[in-house]
Amino acid sequence: MSQKNKTGFFISLPGIIWLTLLFLIPTLIIVVYSFLTPGIYGGATLPLSFESYTTMLSNPGFWLLLWKTTYISVIATLITLLLALPISYYIATSKNKNFLLMLIIIPFWTNFLVRVFGWMVVLGRNGLVSWLLNFMRITENPESFMYKPSTVILVIVYMYLPYMILPIYSSIEKFDFSLLEAAMDLGSTKLKALWKVMLPSIKGGIIAGIILVLIPALGSYAIPELVGGKDGAMLGNLIARQLTVARNWPSSSAISMIFLLISALGLLIYLRITNIQYKRQKAYEDYISSNGENI
Amino acid sequence: MNRKVSDNSIEIKNVTKIFDQDFVAVDNVSLSITRGDFFSLLGPSGCGKTTLLRIIAGLEDPSEGLVYLNGRIINNIPSHKREVNTVFQNYALFPHLTVFENIAFSLRLRKEKESTVRKRVMEMIELTKLTGQENKKPAQLSGGQKQRVAIGRALINQPSVLLLDEPLAALDAKLRQHMLLELDTIHDEVGITFIYVTHDQSEAMSISDHLAVMNHGKIIQYGTPPEVYESPVNTFVANFIGETNFFTGNVSNVNKEYIELDTDRFGEILCYKDLEVEKGQNVKVSLRPEKIKITKKAPKEYANQKLNIFEGVVEDTIYLGNQTKYTVRINNSYIKVFKQHIRYLLDEDIIEWKDRVYIWWFADDSYILNEGVQ
Repeated sequence: MSQKNKTGFFISLPGIIWLTLLFLIPTLIIVVYSFLTPGIYGGATLPLSFESYTTMLSNPGFWLLLWKTTYISVIATLITLLLALPISYYIATSKNKNFLLMLIIIPFWTNFLVRVFGWMVVLGRNGLVSWLLNFMRITENPESFMYKPSTVILVIVYMYLPYMILPIYSSIEKFDFSLLEAAMDLGSTKLKALWKVMLPSIKGGIIAGIILVLIPALGSYAIPELVGGKDGAMLGNLIARQLTVARNWPSSSAISMIFLLISALGLLIYLRITNIQYKRQKAYEDYISSNGENI
Repeated sequence: MNRKVSDNSIEIKNVTKIFDQDFVAVDNVSLSITRGDFFSLLGPSGCGKTTLLRIIAGLEDPSEGLVYLNGRIINNIPSHKREVNTVFQNYALFPHLTVFENIAFSLRLRKEKESTVRKRVMEMIELTKLTGQENKKPAQLSGGQKQRVAIGRALINQPSVLLLDEPLAALDAKLRQHMLLELDTIHDEVGITFIYVTHDQSEAMSISDHLAVMNHGKIIQYGTPPEVYESPVNTFVANFIGETNFFTGNVSNVNKEYIELDTDRFGEILCYKDLEVEKGQNVKVSLRPEKIKITKKAPKEYANQKLNIFEGVVEDTIYLGNQTKYTVRINNSYIKVFKQHIRYLLDEDIIEWKDRVYIWWFADDSYILNEGVQ
């Protein structure tokens, strides 16, 4: 180990210990549990078996829930992204940056569950939205907007929007706005300049935002539990139910593992695609350079 | 002569730009720039030269006044539709695109055919001497190369005017000289109007056909480089373009060609009468340091030439190789003298610190400043 590597190792040691103790080892415990047999009063016992996996993977309900979880999370992430781009742009170019950023951060000071309950009050049968629609004679009877997949999407978007805004904001803040002027000077409209010049430059922030929102959205538990009802349930709720109601620890561990593997697979495919794009770009550049010499 | 459009490529009429209601960046500027000219806007930072350039580019709207391009008013034409392109101060190259794609940017926007794009970009790459760098990203380029990409990118659209905003400011001195020559070559080759903004008077002097000196949002003087250097209109211009000595005094005698000036620092001096002045007026005279001769021996009489001769002591010497800058004390006043070294070690007097010297100049070499007449 070189001197530089040694220093790096010692500096990162606390982090390594932390991750090993609280992340790697628990995950390994879950792996072990998923291959055990459920105990009669909860917990897990020997013998080792694949039963938890086979029951889950052969259950169409599980696949439906997996699809719904992915669908809700992806849609919610896309909506957050579409909302966050103009908001971040506005904040980054505003004169009151700090004030606006504070407004984005303030909701964090309130308890997560309290904010979800807040939405229940707003969306419920006698809630604010229902009352307003009634009051304006748009609908006849008080209506509930709760317990639908769209409710879950709405609340996820609300909860995770700041996580999308902050990284995108920070990359827009670093963006050199004279590039937009250069693009416009070269014949591009403002919108095209934003699309062709700014978007590629803030790609890092967008990817970070997507990861920060998509991953926790996929693992949502409290939001679908409180506002999702039966239709808006997600995998997180199934895991919890297997653990608490059914007292089937190996089963909930197996679901967690399947989900982990699927997420990891998604990430790998994503990396693969970006890599292919990189290679394609490289091939294109080589093509241009070889042609350039002929001209 | 068949003259369909005006001979001026850019014309600016009474343009004013006010920021935040009270900061006047450009103050009632009028200016005509001839087609094909290499024109420089020269001034200290904050003088409004960049704002004026941005108004021409369409990146800033004038608060008042009109801008013409080839005889047509372009105030209402947005920047992306103007036949004007800009080389930005920090180059503003697109970091995610290669050199090739940076230069091709505007052709791609117009959805030109791939073969056309390739042909034109390659021509531009050749013109800007970037062959072999096509596939590099801006981050992999040196300052001079970035500069070339920025120029190529701006020229590929075949604009009728190229605007350059302090394009060489980020380069080191040697490279700057080199790029300046290249800019001149490119200007000769493409033949369009260049408007060059700089705070560096030597850049502006060496490359421009015409230049305008700006200060506090106003154009102080317009002319060719020799005109501006040899006959600056006021103290600001005289000081900003090169170094100079000033004499202020009272006109004590006037004849047909010369005036005698009674200065408090140097006594009587003889000056050429560039301006109509009268006896008793207070005037300010500028004298470039290189016009003053410095010798150890008293100068011989020059027949028919009016000389000013003083005796002094060298208080400071700065040897620069091709020339030496002396500060000479006469009584209790100081005067700057630049001496070019042509045969330095062979037959020139070697003048050193604390040497007693004669300094002298022809009366025709000083210049009465316009503002000084009172």
